[in-house]
Amino acid sequence: MILSHNTLIVMLGCALLGVAAGAVGCFALLRGRALMADAMGHAALPGVVGAAIVSALMGWDPRALPPLLLGGTVAGGLGLWAVQGLSATRIIRQDTAIAVVLASFYALGVVGLSVVQVLPGVAQAGLSHFILGQAATMRAEDAWAAGALALFCVLAVLALFPRLTALCFDAEFAALQGLRVAWVDAALLGLILLVCVAGLPAVGLVLVVALLVLPAATARLLNRRLPGMFATACAVGGASGLLGAMISAGHEGWPTGAAVVLVGVAFFVSALLVRGR
Amino acid sequence: MTAPMQLRGLTVRYGEQLAVRDVSWSVPSGLVAIIGPNGAGKSTLLKAALGLIPHEGEALFFGQPLDAVRHRVGYLPQRQSVDWDFPATALDVVCMARQPRSRWWGRLPAAERAAARAALAEVGLQDLADRPIGQLSGGQQQRVFLARCLAQQADLLLMDEPLAAVDAATEREIIRVLRRLVEGGRSVVAVHHDLASVPHVFQHALMLNVRSVAAGPVAEVFTPETIVKTYGAPVAA
Repeated sequence: MILSHNTLIVMLGCALLGVAAGAVGCFALLRGRALMADAMGHAALPGVVGAAIVSALMGWDPRALPPLLLGGTVAGGLGLWAVQGLSATRIIRQDTAIAVVLASFYALGVVGLSVVQVLPGVAQAGLSHFILGQAATMRAEDAWAAGALALFCVLAVLALFPRLTALCFDAEFAALQGLRVAWVDAALLGLILLVCVAGLPAVGLVLVVALLVLPAATARLLNRRLPGMFATACAVGGASGLLGAMISAGHEGWPTGAAVVLVGVAFFVSALLVRGR
Repeated sequence: MTAPMQLRGLTVRYGEQLAVRDVSWSVPSGLVAIIGPNGAGKSTLLKAALGLIPHEGEALFFGQPLDAVRHRVGYLPQRQSVDWDFPATALDVVCMARQPRSRWWGRLPAAERAAARAALAEVGLQDLADRPIGQLSGGQQQRVFLARCLAQQADLLLMDEPLAAVDAATEREIIRVLRRLVEGGRSVVAVHHDLASVPHVFQHALMLNVRSVAAGPVAEVFTPETIVKTYGAPVAA
Protein backbone atom coordinates (compact mmCIF):
# COMPACT_ATOMS: atom_id res chain seq x y z
CA MET A 1 0.00 0.00 0.00
CA ILE A 2 1.39 3.38 -1.00
CA LEU A 3 0.53 6.19 1.40
CA SER A 4 -0.38 9.40 -0.36
CA HIS A 5 0.54 12.77 1.06
CA ASN A 6 -3.08 13.29 2.05
CA THR A 7 -3.24 9.94 3.87
CA LEU A 8 -0.09 10.81 5.80
CA ILE A 9 -1.66 14.08 6.94
CA VAL A 10 -4.79 12.29 8.08
CA MET A 11 -2.74 9.67 9.94
CA LEU A 12 -0.66 12.33 11.65
CA GLY A 13 -3.73 14.34 12.61
CA CYS A 14 -5.53 11.32 14.06
CA ALA A 15 -2.42 10.17 15.92
CA LEU A 16 -2.00 13.59 17.58
CA LEU A 17 -5.68 13.66 18.43
CA GLY A 18 -5.21 10.23 20.02
CA VAL A 19 -2.30 11.49 22.12
CA ALA A 20 -4.40 14.39 23.42
CA ALA A 21 -7.30 12.05 24.18
CA GLY A 22 -5.00 9.60 25.97
CA ALA A 23 -3.51 12.34 28.14
CA VAL A 24 -6.86 13.81 29.18
CA GLY A 25 -8.63 10.42 29.21
CA CYS A 26 -6.51 9.14 32.13
CA PHE A 27 -7.95 11.68 34.51
CA ALA A 28 -11.40 11.65 32.88
CA LEU A 29 -11.52 7.94 33.70
CA LEU A 30 -10.17 8.26 37.25
CA ARG A 31 -12.62 11.07 38.00
CA GLY A 32 -15.51 9.03 36.56
CA ARG A 33 -16.28 11.52 33.80
CA ALA A 34 -16.76 9.12 30.85
CA LEU A 35 -20.53 9.60 30.69
CA MET A 36 -20.10 13.33 31.03
CA ALA A 37 -17.72 13.30 28.07
CA ASP A 38 -20.28 11.36 26.04
CA ALA A 39 -22.91 13.98 26.87
CA MET A 40 -20.59 16.83 25.88
CA GLY A 41 -19.81 15.21 22.53
CA HIS A 42 -23.49 14.78 21.72
CA ALA A 43 -24.38 18.22 23.05
CA ALA A 44 -21.95 19.80 20.59
CA LEU A 45 -24.08 18.92 17.54
CA PRO A 46 -26.66 21.74 17.71
CA GLY A 47 -23.76 24.17 18.16
CA VAL A 48 -22.09 22.88 15.00
CA VAL A 49 -25.36 23.24 13.11
CA GLY A 50 -25.92 26.74 14.49
CA ALA A 51 -22.41 27.76 13.51
CA ALA A 52 -22.98 26.41 9.97
CA ILE A 53 -26.09 28.60 9.67
CA VAL A 54 -24.15 31.66 10.81
CA SER A 55 -21.31 30.81 8.39
CA ALA A 56 -23.77 30.47 5.51
CA LEU A 57 -25.51 33.74 6.36
CA MET A 58 -22.16 35.55 6.59
CA GLY A 59 -21.09 34.10 3.26
CA TRP A 60 -18.05 32.26 4.73
CA ASP A 61 -16.78 28.89 3.51
CA PRO A 62 -19.25 26.53 5.22
CA ARG A 63 -16.59 23.78 5.38
CA ALA A 64 -14.15 25.90 7.43
CA LEU A 65 -13.71 24.08 10.72
CA PRO A 66 -12.92 26.88 13.23
CA PRO A 67 -16.44 28.42 13.35
CA LEU A 68 -18.04 24.96 13.44
CA LEU A 69 -15.81 23.80 16.31
CA LEU A 70 -16.35 27.06 18.16
CA GLY A 71 -20.11 26.49 17.89
CA GLY A 72 -19.61 22.91 19.08
CA THR A 73 -17.59 24.08 22.07
CA VAL A 74 -20.24 26.58 23.10
CA ALA A 75 -23.05 24.01 22.82
CA GLY A 76 -20.95 21.32 24.56
CA GLY A 77 -20.23 23.80 27.35
CA LEU A 78 -23.95 24.58 27.62
CA GLY A 79 -24.67 20.86 27.86
CA LEU A 80 -22.10 20.53 30.63
CA TRP A 81 -23.60 23.50 32.45
CA ALA A 82 -27.07 21.95 32.11
CA VAL A 83 -25.88 18.63 33.56
CA GLN A 84 -24.16 20.36 36.49
CA GLY A 85 -27.18 22.57 37.11
CA LEU A 86 -29.66 19.69 36.99
CA SER A 87 -27.57 17.48 39.30
CA ALA A 88 -26.98 20.33 41.75
CA THR A 89 -30.71 20.51 42.44
CA ARG A 90 -30.39 17.01 43.98
CA ILE A 91 -33.90 16.31 42.69
CA ILE A 92 -32.55 14.06 39.94
CA ARG A 93 -29.41 11.90 39.87
CA GLN A 94 -26.43 12.87 37.78
CA ASP A 95 -26.70 9.91 35.39
CA THR A 96 -30.33 10.86 34.72
CA ALA A 97 -29.30 14.45 34.09
CA ILE A 98 -26.61 13.26 31.67
CA ALA A 99 -29.06 11.08 29.76
CA VAL A 100 -31.63 13.87 29.50
CA VAL A 101 -29.13 16.46 28.32
CA LEU A 102 -27.41 14.09 25.88
CA ALA A 103 -30.69 13.06 24.28
CA SER A 104 -32.25 16.50 24.08
CA PHE A 105 -29.19 18.29 22.65
CA TYR A 106 -28.58 15.48 20.16
CA ALA A 107 -32.22 15.40 19.02
CA LEU A 108 -32.13 19.17 18.59
CA GLY A 109 -28.98 18.82 16.50
CA VAL A 110 -30.45 16.08 14.28
CA VAL A 111 -33.59 18.12 13.60
CA GLY A 112 -31.39 21.14 12.91
CA LEU A 113 -29.31 19.09 10.48
CA SER A 114 -32.26 18.27 8.25
CA VAL A 115 -33.68 21.79 8.47
CA VAL A 116 -30.46 23.53 7.42
CA GLN A 117 -29.93 21.31 4.36
CA VAL A 118 -32.13 23.73 2.38
CA LEU A 119 -29.88 26.70 3.18
CA PRO A 120 -27.55 27.52 0.27
CA GLY A 121 -23.99 26.38 0.97
CA VAL A 122 -24.78 24.39 4.11
CA ALA A 123 -25.66 21.21 2.23
CA GLN A 124 -22.06 21.04 0.98
CA ALA A 125 -20.61 21.51 4.46
CA GLY A 126 -20.91 17.78 5.14
CA LEU A 127 -22.30 18.35 8.62
CA SER A 128 -23.59 14.78 8.91
CA HIS A 129 -19.94 13.69 9.03
CA PHE A 130 -19.81 15.12 12.53
CA ILE A 131 -21.95 12.21 13.69
CA LEU A 132 -19.74 9.32 12.57
CA GLY A 133 -16.57 11.19 11.65
CA GLN A 134 -14.80 11.62 8.34
CA ALA A 135 -11.07 12.14 8.75
CA ALA A 136 -10.41 11.75 5.04
CA THR A 137 -11.36 15.41 4.55
CA MET A 138 -8.68 16.49 7.03
CA ARG A 139 -6.40 19.15 5.56
CA ALA A 140 -2.83 20.06 6.48
CA GLU A 141 -3.94 22.95 8.66
CA ASP A 142 -6.32 20.63 10.53
CA ALA A 143 -3.43 18.27 11.28
CA TRP A 144 -1.40 21.22 12.57
CA ALA A 145 -4.35 22.24 14.75
CA ALA A 146 -4.54 18.69 16.11
CA GLY A 147 -0.82 18.88 16.87
CA ALA A 148 -1.24 22.15 18.75
CA LEU A 149 -4.15 20.64 20.66
CA ALA A 150 -2.15 17.54 21.60
CA LEU A 151 0.77 19.64 22.78
CA PHE A 152 -1.54 21.87 24.81
CA CYS A 153 -3.39 18.93 26.42
CA VAL A 154 -0.19 17.05 27.32
CA LEU A 155 1.44 20.17 28.77
CA ALA A 156 -1.71 21.17 30.65
CA VAL A 157 -2.08 17.71 32.18
CA LEU A 158 1.62 17.59 33.09
CA ALA A 159 1.44 21.04 34.68
CA LEU A 160 -1.62 20.04 36.71
CA PHE A 161 -0.47 16.46 37.40
CA PRO A 162 -0.23 16.56 41.23
CA ARG A 163 -3.42 18.62 41.46
CA LEU A 164 -5.38 16.30 39.17
CA THR A 165 -4.05 13.28 41.04
CA ALA A 166 -5.12 14.73 44.39
CA LEU A 167 -8.55 15.64 42.98
CA CYS A 168 -9.19 12.20 41.50
CA PHE A 169 -7.98 10.15 44.46
CA ASP A 170 -9.54 12.08 47.33
CA ALA A 171 -11.15 15.43 46.54
CA GLU A 172 -12.12 16.18 50.16
CA PHE A 173 -8.62 15.59 51.44
CA ALA A 174 -7.21 17.76 48.65
CA ALA A 175 -9.66 20.53 49.50
CA LEU A 176 -8.60 20.41 53.15
CA GLN A 177 -5.01 20.85 52.06
CA GLY A 178 -5.99 24.10 50.42
CA LEU A 179 -6.33 22.87 46.84
CA ARG A 180 -8.95 24.82 44.92
CA VAL A 181 -10.84 21.68 43.99
CA ALA A 182 -13.60 23.44 42.04
CA TRP A 183 -11.06 25.13 39.77
CA VAL A 184 -9.07 21.96 39.11
CA ASP A 185 -12.30 20.06 38.41
CA ALA A 186 -13.40 22.80 36.00
CA ALA A 187 -10.01 22.68 34.26
CA LEU A 188 -10.34 18.92 33.79
CA LEU A 189 -13.87 19.28 32.39
CA GLY A 190 -12.60 22.02 30.07
CA LEU A 191 -9.87 19.74 28.75
CA ILE A 192 -12.39 16.93 28.24
CA LEU A 193 -14.68 19.30 26.33
CA LEU A 194 -11.75 20.45 24.21
CA VAL A 195 -10.80 16.89 23.22
CA CYS A 196 -14.43 15.93 22.53
CA VAL A 197 -15.03 18.89 20.23
CA ALA A 198 -11.65 18.56 18.50
CA GLY A 199 -12.38 14.88 17.87
CA LEU A 200 -15.79 15.53 16.26
CA PRO A 201 -14.75 16.00 12.59
CA ALA A 202 -12.48 12.95 12.52
CA VAL A 203 -14.08 10.49 14.93
CA GLY A 204 -17.63 11.75 15.20
CA LEU A 205 -19.76 12.51 18.23
CA VAL A 206 -21.02 8.95 18.67
CA LEU A 207 -17.56 7.48 19.17
CA VAL A 208 -15.49 10.37 20.51
CA VAL A 209 -15.97 9.19 24.10
CA ALA A 210 -14.22 5.92 23.15
CA LEU A 211 -11.16 7.93 22.14
CA LEU A 212 -10.96 9.20 25.73
CA VAL A 213 -11.83 5.95 27.48
CA LEU A 214 -10.08 3.16 25.55
CA PRO A 215 -6.43 4.31 25.73
CA ALA A 216 -6.80 5.20 29.41
CA ALA A 217 -8.53 1.92 30.28
CA THR A 218 -5.86 -0.03 28.36
CA ALA A 219 -3.11 1.87 30.17
CA ARG A 220 -4.73 1.25 33.55
CA LEU A 221 -4.57 -2.51 32.93
CA LEU A 222 -0.86 -2.36 32.15
CA ASN A 223 0.33 0.01 34.89
CA ARG A 224 0.37 0.09 38.67
CA ARG A 225 1.18 3.78 38.98
CA LEU A 226 -0.24 6.95 37.47
CA PRO A 227 2.86 8.31 35.63
CA GLY A 228 3.22 5.03 33.73
CA MET A 229 -0.51 4.94 33.04
CA PHE A 230 -0.32 8.47 31.62
CA ALA A 231 2.60 7.69 29.29
CA THR A 232 0.99 4.44 28.11
CA ALA A 233 -2.36 6.13 27.47
CA CYS A 234 -0.71 8.80 25.30
CA ALA A 235 1.16 6.11 23.35
CA VAL A 236 -1.91 3.87 22.92
CA GLY A 237 -4.06 6.85 21.92
CA GLY A 238 -1.49 7.95 19.35
CA ALA A 239 -1.07 4.44 17.95
CA SER A 240 -4.84 3.93 17.72
CA GLY A 241 -5.24 7.17 15.78
CA LEU A 242 -2.34 6.37 13.45
CA LEU A 243 -3.31 2.76 12.70
CA GLY A 244 -7.03 3.48 12.54
CA ALA A 245 -6.54 6.27 9.99
CA MET A 246 -4.23 4.03 7.95
CA ILE A 247 -6.68 1.14 7.90
CA SER A 248 -9.60 3.40 7.01
CA ALA A 249 -7.60 4.99 4.18
CA GLY A 250 -6.88 1.55 2.73
CA HIS A 251 -10.53 0.50 2.70
CA GLU A 252 -12.93 2.58 0.66
CA GLY A 253 -15.89 3.72 2.71
CA TRP A 254 -14.65 2.68 6.18
CA PRO A 255 -15.39 5.55 8.57
CA THR A 256 -12.17 6.69 10.24
CA GLY A 257 -13.74 7.08 13.67
CA ALA A 258 -14.93 3.49 13.74
CA ALA A 259 -11.56 2.21 12.51
CA VAL A 260 -9.68 4.21 15.18
CA VAL A 261 -12.02 2.95 17.89
CA LEU A 262 -11.72 -0.67 16.73
CA VAL A 263 -7.92 -0.43 16.90
CA GLY A 264 -8.33 0.99 20.41
CA VAL A 265 -10.59 -1.94 21.31
CA ALA A 266 -7.93 -4.34 19.97
CA PHE A 267 -5.34 -2.72 22.26
CA PHE A 268 -7.76 -2.94 25.19
CA VAL A 269 -8.57 -6.61 24.62
CA SER A 270 -4.86 -7.43 24.23
CA ALA A 271 -4.15 -5.68 27.53
CA LEU A 272 -6.99 -7.63 29.17
CA LEU A 273 -5.48 -10.90 27.91
CA VAL A 274 -1.99 -9.89 29.12
CA ARG A 275 -3.38 -9.00 32.55
CA GLY A 276 -5.55 -12.12 32.69
CA ARG A 277 -2.62 -14.49 32.35
CA MET B 1 -4.18 27.71 76.11
CA THR B 2 -6.72 27.95 73.31
CA ALA B 3 -8.66 24.79 72.52
CA PRO B 4 -7.43 22.80 69.48
CA MET B 5 -10.97 22.96 68.13
CA GLN B 6 -13.96 24.96 69.19
CA LEU B 7 -17.43 24.50 67.71
CA ARG B 8 -20.08 27.19 68.09
CA GLY B 9 -23.67 26.34 67.26
CA LEU B 10 -22.74 23.89 64.52
CA THR B 11 -25.86 22.80 62.62
CA VAL B 12 -26.15 20.69 59.48
CA ARG B 13 -29.35 20.19 57.51
CA TYR B 14 -30.02 17.52 54.91
CA GLY B 15 -33.11 18.99 53.31
CA GLU B 16 -35.71 19.19 56.08
CA GLN B 17 -33.78 16.80 58.30
CA LEU B 18 -31.36 18.04 60.96
CA ALA B 19 -28.23 15.88 60.90
CA VAL B 20 -26.42 17.91 63.53
CA ARG B 21 -28.23 20.35 65.79
CA ASP B 22 -26.62 23.30 67.47
CA VAL B 23 -23.47 21.62 68.79
CA SER B 24 -21.16 23.85 70.78
CA TRP B 25 -18.10 22.06 72.04
CA SER B 26 -14.66 23.09 73.17
CA VAL B 27 -12.38 20.18 72.37
CA PRO B 28 -9.73 19.55 75.01
CA SER B 29 -6.19 18.32 74.26
CA GLY B 30 -5.56 14.59 74.37
CA LEU B 31 -7.32 11.58 72.95
CA VAL B 32 -10.96 12.51 72.36
CA ALA B 33 -13.81 10.31 71.13
CA ILE B 34 -17.06 11.24 69.38
CA ILE B 35 -19.55 8.54 70.32
CA GLY B 36 -23.11 7.94 69.18
CA PRO B 37 -25.39 5.57 67.28
CA ASN B 38 -25.60 5.27 63.50
CA GLY B 39 -27.07 8.40 61.99
CA ALA B 40 -26.15 10.48 65.01
CA GLY B 41 -24.18 12.86 62.81
CA LYS B 42 -20.65 11.95 64.01
CA SER B 43 -18.94 12.02 60.60
CA THR B 44 -21.15 14.90 59.53
CA LEU B 45 -19.99 16.91 62.55
CA LEU B 46 -16.32 16.43 61.56
CA LYS B 47 -16.96 17.28 57.92
CA ALA B 48 -18.93 20.39 58.82
CA ALA B 49 -16.22 21.52 61.23
CA LEU B 50 -13.70 21.14 58.39
CA GLY B 51 -15.94 23.11 56.01
CA LEU B 52 -16.42 20.15 53.65
CA ILE B 53 -20.23 20.36 53.73
CA PRO B 54 -22.65 23.28 54.05
CA HIS B 55 -23.43 24.14 57.67
CA GLU B 56 -24.45 26.86 60.08
CA GLY B 57 -22.36 27.97 63.01
CA GLU B 58 -18.59 28.14 63.10
CA ALA B 59 -15.53 26.10 63.93
CA LEU B 60 -12.29 27.59 65.22
CA PHE B 61 -8.97 25.76 65.27
CA PHE B 62 -6.40 26.97 67.79
CA GLY B 63 -8.59 30.06 68.08
CA GLN B 64 -8.51 30.83 64.36
CA PRO B 65 -10.56 29.99 61.26
CA LEU B 66 -9.37 26.90 59.38
CA ASP B 67 -7.92 28.88 56.47
CA ALA B 68 -5.36 30.49 58.76
CA VAL B 69 -4.14 27.20 60.27
CA ARG B 70 -4.74 24.59 57.57
CA HIS B 71 -1.28 23.06 58.02
CA ARG B 72 -1.98 22.41 61.72
CA VAL B 73 -5.11 20.34 61.10
CA GLY B 74 -4.94 16.76 59.77
CA TYR B 75 -7.78 14.56 58.60
CA LEU B 76 -8.33 10.84 58.23
CA PRO B 77 -11.49 10.14 56.24
CA GLN B 78 -13.35 6.83 56.25
CA ARG B 79 -11.53 4.19 54.23
CA GLN B 80 -14.56 3.55 51.96
CA SER B 81 -14.56 7.21 50.87
CA VAL B 82 -11.96 6.59 48.13
CA ASP B 83 -11.45 4.15 45.27
CA TRP B 84 -8.71 1.71 46.34
CA ASP B 85 -8.33 0.61 42.74
CA PHE B 86 -6.58 3.91 42.04
CA PRO B 87 -3.22 3.43 40.27
CA ALA B 88 -0.96 4.33 43.18
CA THR B 89 1.37 2.67 45.67
CA ALA B 90 1.13 3.03 49.44
CA LEU B 91 3.97 5.57 49.27
CA ASP B 92 2.20 7.55 46.50
CA VAL B 93 -0.86 7.96 48.74
CA VAL B 94 1.17 9.13 51.73
CA CYS B 95 3.13 11.51 49.48
CA MET B 96 -0.14 13.33 48.72
CA ALA B 97 -0.04 14.68 52.27
CA ARG B 98 3.36 16.27 51.59
CA GLN B 99 2.47 17.86 48.24
CA PRO B 100 1.27 21.25 49.52
CA ARG B 101 4.41 21.64 51.62
CA SER B 102 6.52 22.00 48.52
CA ARG B 103 4.37 23.01 45.55
CA TRP B 104 1.58 21.71 43.39
CA TRP B 105 3.64 20.89 40.31
CA GLY B 106 6.60 18.80 39.27
CA ARG B 107 8.22 15.94 41.14
CA LEU B 108 7.96 15.82 44.90
CA PRO B 109 11.36 16.73 46.43
CA ALA B 110 13.35 13.85 47.93
CA ALA B 111 13.03 15.26 51.45
CA GLU B 112 9.23 15.17 51.19
CA ARG B 113 9.30 11.58 49.92
CA ALA B 114 11.56 10.66 52.82
CA ALA B 115 9.05 12.19 55.25
CA ALA B 116 6.29 10.13 53.64
CA ARG B 117 8.41 6.98 53.99
CA ALA B 118 8.98 7.79 57.66
CA ALA B 119 5.23 8.09 58.19
CA LEU B 120 4.73 4.66 56.61
CA ALA B 121 7.37 3.25 58.95
CA GLU B 122 5.50 4.70 61.94
CA VAL B 123 2.54 2.49 61.13
CA GLY B 124 4.76 -0.50 60.35
CA LEU B 125 4.24 -0.50 56.58
CA GLN B 126 7.78 0.41 55.45
CA ASP B 127 8.12 -2.90 53.59
CA LEU B 128 4.89 -2.34 51.63
CA ALA B 129 5.71 1.19 50.44
CA ASP B 130 5.89 0.20 46.78
CA ARG B 131 2.88 -2.10 46.76
CA PRO B 132 -0.22 -0.97 44.79
CA ILE B 133 -2.92 0.05 47.24
CA GLY B 134 -5.43 -2.28 45.61
CA GLN B 135 -3.33 -5.24 46.72
CA LEU B 136 -3.35 -4.27 50.40
CA SER B 137 -5.68 -5.80 52.98
CA GLY B 138 -8.37 -3.66 54.58
CA GLY B 139 -6.30 -3.21 57.73
CA GLN B 140 -3.23 -2.25 55.72
CA GLN B 141 -5.27 0.27 53.71
CA GLN B 142 -6.48 1.79 56.98
CA ARG B 143 -2.85 2.11 58.12
CA VAL B 144 -1.90 3.77 54.80
CA PHE B 145 -4.61 6.34 55.50
CA LEU B 146 -3.29 6.76 59.04
CA ALA B 147 0.23 7.25 57.64
CA ARG B 148 -1.08 9.90 55.23
CA CYS B 149 -2.71 11.64 58.19
CA LEU B 150 0.55 11.43 60.21
CA ALA B 151 2.53 12.78 57.24
CA GLN B 152 0.52 16.00 57.47
CA GLN B 153 2.41 16.57 60.76
CA ALA B 154 -0.59 18.39 62.13
CA ASP B 155 -1.14 19.38 65.76
CA LEU B 156 -4.79 18.34 65.68
CA LEU B 157 -5.85 15.17 63.89
CA LEU B 158 -9.52 14.57 63.09
CA MET B 159 -10.17 10.90 62.37
CA ASP B 160 -13.36 9.36 61.03
CA GLU B 161 -13.62 5.82 62.39
CA PRO B 162 -9.89 4.98 62.43
CA LEU B 163 -10.67 1.62 64.05
CA ALA B 164 -13.58 0.60 61.80
CA ALA B 165 -13.45 -2.92 60.36
CA VAL B 166 -9.86 -3.71 61.25
CA ASP B 167 -8.57 -6.89 62.89
CA ALA B 168 -7.44 -6.95 66.53
CA ALA B 169 -3.72 -6.67 65.69
CA THR B 170 -4.27 -3.62 63.46
CA GLU B 171 -6.46 -2.07 66.16
CA ARG B 172 -3.69 -2.44 68.76
CA GLU B 173 -1.18 -0.98 66.30
CA ILE B 174 -3.38 2.03 65.54
CA ILE B 175 -4.14 2.68 69.22
CA ARG B 176 -0.40 2.56 69.93
CA VAL B 177 0.17 5.22 67.24
CA LEU B 178 -2.64 7.40 68.62
CA ARG B 179 -1.21 7.22 72.16
CA ARG B 180 2.24 8.15 70.90
CA LEU B 181 0.78 11.15 69.08
CA VAL B 182 -0.89 12.41 72.25
CA GLU B 183 2.28 11.84 74.28
CA GLY B 184 4.05 13.99 71.67
CA GLY B 185 1.66 16.85 72.44
CA ARG B 186 -0.77 16.35 69.54
CA SER B 187 -4.54 16.19 69.91
CA VAL B 188 -6.65 13.47 68.33
CA VAL B 189 -10.42 13.57 67.85
CA ALA B 190 -11.78 10.25 66.59
CA VAL B 191 -15.26 9.14 65.63
CA HIS B 192 -15.62 5.85 67.46
CA HIS B 193 -18.20 3.08 67.38
CA ASP B 194 -16.95 0.39 69.76
CA LEU B 195 -18.32 1.30 73.19
CA ALA B 196 -16.38 -1.43 75.01
CA SER B 197 -12.99 0.08 74.19
CA VAL B 198 -13.87 3.70 75.00
CA PRO B 199 -12.71 3.82 78.66
CA HIS B 200 -9.24 2.39 78.12
CA VAL B 201 -8.45 4.25 74.88
CA PHE B 202 -9.91 7.74 75.24
CA GLN B 203 -9.56 10.48 77.85
CA HIS B 204 -12.45 12.68 76.76
CA ALA B 205 -15.68 12.08 74.89
CA LEU B 206 -18.53 13.82 73.16
CA MET B 207 -21.74 11.80 73.34
CA LEU B 208 -23.66 12.78 70.23
CA ASN B 209 -27.09 12.01 68.89
CA VAL B 210 -27.80 14.89 66.51
CA ARG B 211 -27.51 17.08 69.61
CA SER B 212 -24.69 17.01 72.10
CA VAL B 213 -25.87 14.74 74.94
CA ALA B 214 -22.79 15.09 77.13
CA ALA B 215 -19.17 16.15 76.81
CA GLY B 216 -16.22 15.90 79.17
CA PRO B 217 -13.73 13.45 80.69
CA VAL B 218 -14.64 9.85 79.90
CA ALA B 219 -14.86 8.98 83.59
CA GLU B 220 -17.60 11.59 84.01
CA VAL B 221 -19.62 11.39 80.82
CA PHE B 222 -19.31 7.73 79.82
CA THR B 223 -21.92 6.53 82.30
CA PRO B 224 -24.80 4.08 81.89
CA GLU B 225 -27.27 6.97 82.05
CA THR B 226 -25.70 9.01 79.26
CA ILE B 227 -25.20 5.89 77.15
CA VAL B 228 -28.91 5.12 77.41
CA LYS B 229 -29.68 8.75 76.74
CA THR B 230 -27.46 8.72 73.64
CA TYR B 231 -28.38 5.33 72.23
CA GLY B 232 -31.69 4.34 73.80
CA ALA B 233 -34.08 7.22 73.59
CA PRO B 234 -33.75 9.08 70.31
CA VAL B 235 -33.20 12.76 70.94
CA ALA B 236 -36.04 14.81 69.51
CA ALA B 237 -34.80 17.03 66.70
